[in-house]
Amino acid sequence: MIKTSDVSELQAISKQVRREIIEMTGAAKSGHPGGSLSAVEIVVTLFFDVMRHDPANPAWPGRDRFILSKGHACPVLYAAFAEAGYTPKEDLHTLRKMGSIYQGHPDKRFIPALEASTGSLGQGLSIALGMGVGLKLSGSAARAYTILGDGEIQEGQIWEAAMFGAFHKVDNVVAIVDYNKIQLDGFVKDIMEIEPLADKWRAFGWHTIELDGHDIAALQVAFAEAAATKGKPSVVIAHTVKGKGVSFMENNPKYHGVAPNADEVRKALEELN
Amino acid sequence: MAPKFELKLGMATREAFGRALVEVGRANPEVVVCDADLSKSTMTHWFAQEFPARFVSCGIAEANMVAIGAGLASVGKIPFVSSFSCFVINKGFEQLRVTAAYPGLNLKVVGTHSGISIGEDGPSQMSVEDISLACSLAGFTVLSPADEVATMAHVRLAAACYGPVFLRTGRPKVPVIYSPGQQFEIGKAIQLIDGSDVTLIATGLMLAEAIRAQQILATEGISARVVDMHTIKPLDREMIARACKETGAIVVAEEHLVDSGLGVRVAQVVAQTSPCAMEFVGIEDTYAESGTPEGLLEKYGLMAREIAAAAQKALSRKK
Repeated sequence: MIKTSDVSELQAISKQVRREIIEMTGAAKSGHPGGSLSAVEIVVTLFFDVMRHDPANPAWPGRDRFILSKGHACPVLYAAFAEAGYTPKEDLHTLRKMGSIYQGHPDKRFIPALEASTGSLGQGLSIALGMGVGLKLSGSAARAYTILGDGEIQEGQIWEAAMFGAFHKVDNVVAIVDYNKIQLDGFVKDIMEIEPLADKWRAFGWHTIELDGHDIAALQVAFAEAAATKGKPSVVIAHTVKGKGVSFMENNPKYHGVAPNADEVRKALEELN
Repeated sequence: MAPKFELKLGMATREAFGRALVEVGRANPEVVVCDADLSKSTMTHWFAQEFPARFVSCGIAEANMVAIGAGLASVGKIPFVSSFSCFVINKGFEQLRVTAAYPGLNLKVVGTHSGISIGEDGPSQMSVEDISLACSLAGFTVLSPADEVATMAHVRLAAACYGPVFLRTGRPKVPVIYSPGQQFEIGKAIQLIDGSDVTLIATGLMLAEAIRAQQILATEGISARVVDMHTIKPLDREMIARACKETGAIVVAEEHLVDSGLGVRVAQVVAQTSPCAMEFVGIEDTYAESGTPEGLLEKYGLMAREIAAAAQKALSRKK
């Protein structure tokens, strides 16, 4: 597996992951490309730089944990898994097909290296915090990372978990909000406004970092800052663009849950060359 | 001669749970307990006193608590998450389904205050759907012990087995049925009394009522077999099939909605094996009310006399 702190190398992996997202959702003819594309730099920075993990030894107890709480964005996770060597790259096109390990939402039964089965929104933060508490009890230095959707944090359980994380000082957990401003039915501000978002997390007692979620260098700094923050969990509010990297998908609510057709795949791959 | 049961009042099954939890906590450092601000009622406070670092206070947030438990299980802990049965099952159901059952995690869920015998607090705190809901979680083991001996054994079994478990306990003190040292096995029902005319299958606190019903029936010249169905899932199909075959009539008694609990599950096995006359004693399609536990069990038809009457009814249809 490539492991690098070099921003241009991480950008190159990001481009490759974007291509795979387009190809696999195109082949599946369904899926969630928009919210996968928005989370690419976050996932790539975690998997290929920040997190301690070993695809050759996925059950290593000391590994950092990653939970894609917004499970519908699994194409980005599958692409990262394949690039890292956890799962076969040549099978990515089987996404969502009968018998594929690349299920419609992340399913531990098919990919044991997944840390959680997700897809029902609002639950990943709690799971990550439970892991964080358990890892601390075991004296492990491992950390847990979870990516939340912006629409997802409308779920009440997120705020139960937010209270829990600060109260129990679960400082080995980092939540990243993929704040792409769009959910299935339209713009977040029109469906159920979540602002003032940073104020909410601060009020709940979390160390709160706000950044451009496509800026890999900024993400690297933020994850280092989170790791250095003791006594409270950290949240990274990552401002992102839904559909990032493909002009006609960017900021377009349509591509939350609609896959590109063959023409669109071709156009998108040209842009991602 | 049927064995004699004194049915002397013992401790509540929730209390037995709390005491056994300390025991399993001493035996296994991986045991962690989560509670949602009810530890003085669920009796997890004893564990909290002895193992404060392994007691995770979750506040009044059951959905989060269940998924915290899932996270703990994911990193190798043996989490027991506990609350009133209605709260942990109903408010945590989606989390039980997706974060625990679906990946098949080693999570132990303990509901206390099940049934209507919680008494004065009334229906918002009563759990009359938990057997049904817990059984609908694929891969879950569902345990419903009848007394303190069974409960303590079940807590040890739950801690020792790998996989998701729901353990159902109650608020009131209940009669002691088993002698200390009684062995239990998940999925193996226990035949307490043999009989040839009808089988009374009961779970939880209804087991003592079934034993009393057997005594009533004996005075009416009817020989009733009594079976403790302490494991509701997986069911002991062999025990049920044998009861059909050998006694030709079955009554199922439970402190749960009669339309969706143990009875319908037993009936499914009966339909698949050797059909026989069946009757069901449970809570009809309603919510109960405030009252004393005894008063409620009486008013809502969960006494020995209802089990005996149901047995007579089943016998009248026996071929």
